[in-house]
Amino acid sequence: MSGFRLARGGLIDRSRPLSFRFDGRSLSGFAGDTLASALIANGVSTVGRSFKLHRPRGILGAGAEEPNALVELRSGDRREPNVKATVAELYDGLDASSQNRWPSLRFDLLAVNGLLKPVFAAGFYYKTFMWPAAFWEKVYEPLIRRAAGLGRASGLPDPDRYERVFAACDLLVVGGGPAGLMATLTAGRAGADVILVDEDHRPGGRLLADGVSAGGMDGPALAAQLVGEIRSLPNVRVLSRTTAAAAFDHGTFIAVERVADHLPLPQPEMPRQRVWEIVAERTVLATGASERPLVFADNDRPGVMLAGGVSQYVNRHAVSPGRRVVVATATDAGWATARDLVRAGVNVAAVVDARGSAPRGFEDVAAEVAVFPAARVDRTLGRGKVEAVAIAQAGGTVEVPADLVAVSGGFNPAIQLISHFGVRPTWEPAIGGFVIGGPVHGIHPAGAAAGRYDLAACLADGARAAVAALSEIGRTAAMPDLPSIEPGPHAAGTAFWKPGTLRPGRAFVDLQHDVTAADVDLAHREGYVSVEHLKRYTTLGMATDQGRTSNVDGLAIMAALRGLPIADAGVTLSRPPVVPLSIGAVAGARTGHHFRPTRLTPIHAWAEEQGAVFVDTGQWKRPQYFPRPGETSWLDTVNREVMAVRSGVGVTDVSTLGKIEIHGPDAAAFLDRVYANRPSRIPVGRSRYALMLREDGFVMDDGTVARFAEDRFAASVSTAHAAAVWRHMLFCQQVLWPDLDVSLAAVTDVWAQFAIAGPKSARVVAALVDDGDPVSRESFGPMTARELTVCGGISARLAAVSFSGERAFELAVPASAGDAVVRRIMRAGDEHGIVAYGTEAMAVMRIEKGHPAGAELNGQTTAHDLGFAKMLARDKDHVGRVLSQRPALNDPARPRLVGLKPVDPSTPLKGGAHVLPAGAAATADNDQGWVTSSAYSPTLASHIALALVTRGPERHGEVVQVWDGIRGSVVQATIAAPCHLDPEGERLHAG
Amino acid sequence: MRITCPHCGPRDLIEFTVLGEARTRPAVAVEDLDSPAAVDAFAAYVYDRANPAGIHREHWFHGFGCQTWLVVTRDTLNHAVLAVADVREERP
Amino acid sequence: MTFSAFALLKNAISGQTGWRPHWRKAEPKPHYDVIVIGGGGHGLATAYYLAKHYGVSNVAVLEKGWIGSGNAGRNTTIIRSNYLLSGNIPFYELSMKLWEGLEQDFNFNAMVSQRGVLNLYHSDAQRDAYVRRGNAMRLHGVDAELLSRDEVRRMAPYLDFDNARFPIQGGLLQRRGGTARHDAVVWGYARGADARGVDIIENCEVLGLRIEGGQVAGVETTRGVIGAKKVGMAVAGNASRVAAMAGLTLPIESYVLQAFVTEGIKPLVDGVITFGAGHFYISQSDKGGLVFGGDLDPFPSYAQRGSLATFTDVAECGMAMMPMLGRLKILRSWGGIMDMSMDGSPIIDRTPVDGLFLNAGWCYGGFKATPASGLTFAHLLATGDLHPAAMAYRLDRFASGTVIDEKGVGATPNLH
Repeated sequence: MSGFRLARGGLIDRSRPLSFRFDGRSLSGFAGDTLASALIANGVSTVGRSFKLHRPRGILGAGAEEPNALVELRSGDRREPNVKATVAELYDGLDASSQNRWPSLRFDLLAVNGLLKPVFAAGFYYKTFMWPAAFWEKVYEPLIRRAAGLGRASGLPDPDRYERVFAACDLLVVGGGPAGLMATLTAGRAGADVILVDEDHRPGGRLLADGVSAGGMDGPALAAQLVGEIRSLPNVRVLSRTTAAAAFDHGTFIAVERVADHLPLPQPEMPRQRVWEIVAERTVLATGASERPLVFADNDRPGVMLAGGVSQYVNRHAVSPGRRVVVATATDAGWATARDLVRAGVNVAAVVDARGSAPRGFEDVAAEVAVFPAARVDRTLGRGKVEAVAIAQAGGTVEVPADLVAVSGGFNPAIQLISHFGVRPTWEPAIGGFVIGGPVHGIHPAGAAAGRYDLAACLADGARAAVAALSEIGRTAAMPDLPSIEPGPHAAGTAFWKPGTLRPGRAFVDLQHDVTAADVDLAHREGYVSVEHLKRYTTLGMATDQGRTSNVDGLAIMAALRGLPIADAGVTLSRPPVVPLSIGAVAGARTGHHFRPTRLTPIHAWAEEQGAVFVDTGQWKRPQYFPRPGETSWLDTVNREVMAVRSGVGVTDVSTLGKIEIHGPDAAAFLDRVYANRPSRIPVGRSRYALMLREDGFVMDDGTVARFAEDRFAASVSTAHAAAVWRHMLFCQQVLWPDLDVSLAAVTDVWAQFAIAGPKSARVVAALVDDGDPVSRESFGPMTARELTVCGGISARLAAVSFSGERAFELAVPASAGDAVVRRIMRAGDEHGIVAYGTEAMAVMRIEKGHPAGAELNGQTTAHDLGFAKMLARDKDHVGRVLSQRPALNDPARPRLVGLKPVDPSTPLKGGAHVLPAGAAATADNDQGWVTSSAYSPTLASHIALALVTRGPERHGEVVQVWDGIRGSVVQATIAAPCHLDPEGERLHAG
Repeated sequence: MRITCPHCGPRDLIEFTVLGEARTRPAVAVEDLDSPAAVDAFAAYVYDRANPAGIHREHWFHGFGCQTWLVVTRDTLNHAVLAVADVREERP
Repeated sequence: MTFSAFALLKNAISGQTGWRPHWRKAEPKPHYDVIVIGGGGHGLATAYYLAKHYGVSNVAVLEKGWIGSGNAGRNTTIIRSNYLLSGNIPFYELSMKLWEGLEQDFNFNAMVSQRGVLNLYHSDAQRDAYVRRGNAMRLHGVDAELLSRDEVRRMAPYLDFDNARFPIQGGLLQRRGGTARHDAVVWGYARGADARGVDIIENCEVLGLRIEGGQVAGVETTRGVIGAKKVGMAVAGNASRVAAMAGLTLPIESYVLQAFVTEGIKPLVDGVITFGAGHFYISQSDKGGLVFGGDLDPFPSYAQRGSLATFTDVAECGMAMMPMLGRLKILRSWGGIMDMSMDGSPIIDRTPVDGLFLNAGWCYGGFKATPASGLTFAHLLATGDLHPAAMAYRLDRFASGTVIDEKGVGATPNLH
């Protein structure tokens, strides 16, 4: 191939030259070029190496189906592999490199693979590399992995931004060619909300590429006229550089808009790409068709190009990919290309038509070129690129010098978006392609996507499809007047490689994956005859073009080998996305710190001021501990916080606890069904520990329930389970017991909530409560719960509940008052030495007290396991009531909750270590449980833990091994009751 | 996937939590809760699923919407949504 | 012909004429000792081990489409035995040991590649859960290592260590974990079973089960009635439908799991890495594509295609874990039907119908289980007894409450 720039014509701007680099060479093009057209203009013929055999490859086509011309675009952290040069818009300073070659494109060491092609047949790797077994990972596989793959990823974080936007419309039109433009105009004139997405930067599709004329206008002029009116309609949105990438249920599509890929860099605040999520009532699929190449020997040599691509380069980009051209065709489209070349002054050496004679309407072309009817290309010849073409016809084979072979083997309607629904297309012999008969899932194929290749038919079909689609949603649209066009001869045929009739050689079916006709033959011989087996065994159609240029040829060959009509041989389905889709674009802005929302409690700012270190708890940020100057480790800090609470008073933020209000005449009855114990027996003004089961009888959550009135309760739910418990309670209310008169409200975010704990906590709380409401142990003993006001009229809920085992209060105030109230708490506690403490100190104290939490409430434990079996009320129905009583859930041999203390108190016990009998070997048979939670207890001056141990409650006092093989430690520890501190609960009554 | 919530209108899948097949909790008298029949009934309720390839009644929760549990009747073969109702209104 | 480098060379010279079909296109016989319904990995492995280990070769494998057309060819090819619970570990470790000798055993290169499976953790609680798991694995003789953040960073410097919403704290590594070429596993078992006399009958859909006096007698198919003494069901994605033919209701609900592959790129990701702050796992195939997946689609489905919500979630998780993915492109996505059991673990057991056996409920863990599932199901079909490594996979464990619930989410199938 020796391409060159034509002196005239094209839709390029010759006043705007652009410079770019390819493999380090400085080259130039014009605005309006693609990278491919600019490379052609510079005479570059080889642009990459093939996947397996590393054969030199040129540019096959001019569109998104390109299998060959893949390059690495940009450099550094913006390097993008496998960019199709055929759709990359040229910009000034563009930097591209060829890929899959070493050391250089011209001299690629792995081209030796080409010589090994007889060995490297389809599936050869399944038959070898098995001995010795250890060599696979060490020798064979690394070699294969290095040789495979195409381009190189940057390996660096993507520096660009992406965004995701949403839109809805009556009619989505996919594709801005003649059918799509006419569909858009028809629906737009009818007042429908229309979105037109078009992959090009300039709408028009083949109107810009084919040498057509309509009503005295050429293609670009007709496109401009249609687009002009479309753009004047306020109810139509045109999204250019946008590809509809995937179709989902109920009219949902995603389309990717390449906002900045045509620029050297995105402008500030500009995303590189934008994903549109479009919900459309109906869709017109006007995605055109892609041309099939022809299978013949050495059909991969640079200089073999799809005829439609040649036309586009000549007509739109004003470049000719060759100086002396052979057109090999089974369709009239090949003749149209020949005409385009002749008009552009390019020497057409021959037109080789697989069909009988020159088609009607191309007499002008036939008069100027040598015509080979009922002939075919036997093979190409040349060093590194096409230099001659061997043409076979009845009389023998002739060699014709040429540097370009323009091939047209028929068309495949681009029905990928409908295939996403698993709809199998049917073979339509009249056009030699697979089509979808009618509208499916609200998607109406139109124009070439429906197998109508003639311009007049495309325009009419686009309008027809829009009218039909709108009528389905009750809207009327009128058929527009169509430009007067002579119905063109546009007959398509097929010219599939026929087994046994042609030179076997290296006739490529899948160019990118180096799958030849011989490989299809081998697959057939080895029994891989189903089209899916063919695909998987040979990798046919699995390349980056998803088989657009190869699948139909491959399955036609297989059908012939099996003696079946193509229609009966099966067809593979296209999978989403239609074009390769950047992962970054799909993720949009949800990257880095924005991956998931961050929830902050109402007193977050205060905690920050206090120097808190925060920990992620689900989406929440919670203060983990509050280090002070001089403290050298987090453990120093946590020990100080624990001792301060146990000896004085501390305050911590418990706003993240789930809070649910239950109100109504049947509130008590409702809670009795939701919880396994009996909330209905809680007196007004009191709260209780409450246990919730799943219906399968395992523990779901625990918490407290407070009763503020006969018909009004507030449930406190663990942070981790807040959303699930809320959903579950509504399920109970709406689905299970709709007859109960009860209302629920989720108020987690409504309240800021503090735990004020320690022997001096009552003094602090007393200073906050208005009107001298007493909080003495007599008037406000443990488990008292009341609504009152604090700090001068701030409504509040106060409950004497304790997680730490100390005299303690949970105070809830409106979220907006949280910040002010915590400052008041600190001021009121100042004289008592109040400290702020975090989740770590809280955890230490709850482990000291043996309260189960996250690791014990892990969804695998039963009430029996946790020592709560007696709480289960058996004289009522509640969720989990029946199945919780199954013997397997109450088996004494189950791992059950105990405390552990190391024999040497200074030795840590670690979460996740397993419990083995003393002296027993570390085997699965001796595995008796595991450490669920562990801490250093400054109160007890010992490391302590909670564990779930087989028959644990029967084994208090037994010394066991705490085995942490993965971290290489074994610690002797004594089984004890879960509660390590103050088992009688005397501390609850202090102050 | 779009679900037309009877309270909120057509909404995307992401607003919902799906529980699966809409099953009916056994009604058992309190005194029979520990009977083998009750255990069998509850085990079937909790664990067994018809799992049809075709029309399926399901419990969906509109959590990023009206906080309503819905009965969604769908075709599991092609995702067609045949009916959506508030569980308190719906009568199978 | 035995596959070897020598055989390849010989055929390279002879024009590839020496190769024969890897399995016969068998016609159904009137009667078999054992019929296995389902020509996926599990069904073919079952037939292979029936013939090879148990001497039962009068066996038919019935496949409604082409072999491997279900989940065997739709997964992300990960193999591992890093399970938590004692009901699961021995089974998956048996599977891993079978993987380790599989290719030499069935003379087909399935590209079993032990490049490691790394599970990231992002919190102290997750670390403790992985330590519990890793210790459980070690007690069962399975390899497991706990990696610090720095060790993870040395192994995979491209993960997001500096800008993450949920910073990586470390990881649990099983070096013997890895990937295998899924289709090749199917073909290897098919070829091995065929060579031992098993009939593999494609395009043969089972329409009904013949049950006489509580005893299975055969199957009705699109290719006629076929008699059998024993029938084994290994039809992931269709278990409830086939079991319903025997009047059985299973503890299974079916959901779609999507998988994704990028365009081929030069080697970038060595082993398998899973995200701990969302659902995401990724590896790179020998062809160069990054193969990844995430959470189930949330609604029951038999349509083999995915929803946008999960598509998006997977991309978000991928970017959160590995920000270098931004400019890499998803080439293809697809969906498989996961038979989600009510505790997330499978069932390999007898059924109330004599002679009818069930292999089901693989959730999304079926691929790695293929060899052990085949071996233990073959054992059950041949002997009538549960295999020692699969004792826990009883059908009655749900009613009794002896569930194997790795995730602790109870009977909520789409959360397992």
